[in-house]
Amino acid sequence: MIGNAPFLIVGVLFLMGLIAVLTEKNLVKIAIGISIIESATNMFLIVLGYRTGGTVPVRFLAAGEGVMVLPTPQALTLTAIVIALATTALMLSLIMLLYRHYGTLNIDEIRRLRG
Amino acid sequence: MKPLSVVVRTGCDLFAWFMVIFGAYVIIHGDVTPGGGFQGGAVVATFLAFLLVAYGWNTLKLWLQESVYNAMLGFGLLCFLVLGFMGMPASFFYNFVAIPAAEVAKSGHGIIPPSGTIALMDIAVGIEVTGGLSLILVYMFKGIHLFDNYEIGEESGHDR
Amino acid sequence: MSWQEHLPAMILAIPLLGAFATPLFSLGGKTLRNVWMVSISFITMIVAFLIWRTVTVNGVLVYVMGAETATLALPSGMAYPVRIILEIDAFSAFMALAGSIASFAGAMYSIHFMDRFSGLSRFTSLYFLQTAGMLGMMVTGDLFNFFVFLEISSVASFGLVAFWRDRPESVEASFKYMLVSQLSAMMVLIAIGSLYGRYNALNMAGIASMLHLGVVEKLVLAFLVVALAMKCGAFPMHMWMPDAYAEAPAGVTCLLVAVSQASLYGLMRVCYTLYGTTMGSSFVPWVIIVLGMASMFFGVSMAVVQHEVKRLMGYHSISQVGYMLLALGVGLLSLGNPQTMADYGFMAMKGGIYHIFNYTMYKGLLFLTAGSLYYATGTRDLDKLGGLARRMPYTTFMFVIAAAAISGLPPFNGFVSKLLIYESTFALHPFLAVAALVTSVLTLASFVKVFQTAFLGPEKKCYASVSEVPASMLMGMALLTIVILGLSLFPSWVLSNLVEPAAKALVDQSGYIGAIMGGGL
Repeated sequence: MIGNAPFLIVGVLFLMGLIAVLTEKNLVKIAIGISIIESATNMFLIVLGYRTGGTVPVRFLAAGEGVMVLPTPQALTLTAIVIALATTALMLSLIMLLYRHYGTLNIDEIRRLRG
Repeated sequence: MKPLSVVVRTGCDLFAWFMVIFGAYVIIHGDVTPGGGFQGGAVVATFLAFLLVAYGWNTLKLWLQESVYNAMLGFGLLCFLVLGFMGMPASFFYNFVAIPAAEVAKSGHGIIPPSGTIALMDIAVGIEVTGGLSLILVYMFKGIHLFDNYEIGEESGHDR
Repeated sequence: MSWQEHLPAMILAIPLLGAFATPLFSLGGKTLRNVWMVSISFITMIVAFLIWRTVTVNGVLVYVMGAETATLALPSGMAYPVRIILEIDAFSAFMALAGSIASFAGAMYSIHFMDRFSGLSRFTSLYFLQTAGMLGMMVTGDLFNFFVFLEISSVASFGLVAFWRDRPESVEASFKYMLVSQLSAMMVLIAIGSLYGRYNALNMAGIASMLHLGVVEKLVLAFLVVALAMKCGAFPMHMWMPDAYAEAPAGVTCLLVAVSQASLYGLMRVCYTLYGTTMGSSFVPWVIIVLGMASMFFGVSMAVVQHEVKRLMGYHSISQVGYMLLALGVGLLSLGNPQTMADYGFMAMKGGIYHIFNYTMYKGLLFLTAGSLYYATGTRDLDKLGGLARRMPYTTFMFVIAAAAISGLPPFNGFVSKLLIYESTFALHPFLAVAALVTSVLTLASFVKVFQTAFLGPEKKCYASVSEVPASMLMGMALLTIVILGLSLFPSWVLSNLVEPAAKALVDQSGYIGAIMGGGL
């Protein structure tokens, strides 16, 4: 059970981010919610690769024979972090533009496209 | 933006160029230590963040040339793609520089085999990410005060 | 021939080269950049056509990025797929052909449409990145590579939808599109991570050969279906589609249509090839059928009351996606049962797949004609437009062809694919066919309304100086018109040479696996 604790934390983080996106009214808080969801996903990928007692997945000059953690999820996570960075930067720039155009950061009032 | 106090400016002076060197270290040693192209590029981009916070925009805009960062961005991307094309007769992105580990052990020249195009692509991506993230910083900062002096006008293409 | 085996990499490398080399070419002036944009799109279309020819002759094309062999021979003698592998079967080649034609038409259209805006070298780079992402989604054989290309095309499309950044509605549409898209992309990534954790493989063929249905696999299927349907614009999660399609520049919307079809391709790959017959119960196919019906009906009923031309067409997109989900859901339902597959399932799949191609062509053409109206008159509001048929004859002609095709009127291609869908769904349950027919009638009603309001009627004084749109925009629209007319005049050739190999490839899960795993496992 204690070995499953990281997965439960991932679930809790994902739900927290999802609730933030669905119920918050301020645009910046919604962007923070998306960022929390992306962090939960990245943590999920890294925790997948963990093997008990494992060491760094280095091939040459590795100290002793032992179990190594998997390196592939680390590569997947790096890619996902880069993508999350690009979308966070774009989201914040769009929030700046939205504030200039609408004068408010409340998502209930930014609804000119309707119906 | 006004420059901060002497303490902050001195701290920035001490560490700003060190950030560039540390970032270059992370980029170049990407195939043997944790790090690589994107991570090192992000570290190098904090150079501009340091200067922006410590010295303020009015001083920085006299020194900054955006064309350098645009050129780094384009150059890094093109290098990456050209390295991909250079492995072409075998396959796209083929590692045409690498030497397998068995031959390296035989030659007695070292333990870690050269990673070939991985290191070159790391450097290309590092240059590109530096340019890209620095530009993002500069543009997002400029966007804060972009519309202070005039209304957001329409681009001419929206009219007839 | 040796260049033929590099074609799958070329279809990805050429748009990427176009995107990355654009800053160099825009230094040479506007004309050089426009020539670059059109020529790279044209070369991509040629490569997609060559890939389709090669796949028709040689079977499944497999390409390994970065090495010579696709599999690693483990000490136990088993071949294990490592490395990123591109696998193109007939369905992928079919979709790549549709996508690249739409991208070329949009590129030709945009070089003049975007003429009076600034920042065009970034526009060209983003356009090529979106094309590369879309084509990458269609040709890859690796799940994580699919996610990466999904994100590439999504991030590029966020920028392109918000490209008219001085219009507040565009920025709002892009922000809302970004929220939905990121949420669905993270769900896709969690699903892919779970599959990797269970099977230690990321290759679609590898996982398909090792899949056993358990609790985790059912959750993964639920996540993938919901997330990919969210990206296609299916019913409960469709809110972003009319906004994003309306507020993007018209050439970009033509490409966005093709990108949403790439997500539909991903959904079909997951359901047919990854899961296939191990899907167990018929719950998921019925969910897809119900989502399809709801999208069809909801889309068209909201479309009839719209005032703005592109928003109306955006709602029609939702209903057309519903048609495809309905047809492919019926095919999925009969996957394990050879009797029903021969009766109506295969016909439903042919109808759905043919409808994908038709939809990309006529929807792209509709959006381009709406963009022409905007370019000529400066407004998109149906209340203000009127009597433009005399002033813009070519645009009117092409609009009539596209509207007849989408409504399913007899000589055009929409009729053929819709007839296949009606026949097959009627054999399953009559109510489905009735709903599809009603939707078709409502589609015809709303397009008659658009035609009569915008094009027919007396000429308004404020449009006295409106003239036909420039030649490059007309050529972009003419390409799509020629393809629609070609599909309409030779339906049996298209059905037997384009659609049927694609449908057979989609059903043939063991052929897909065997091309990589060597048929041994």
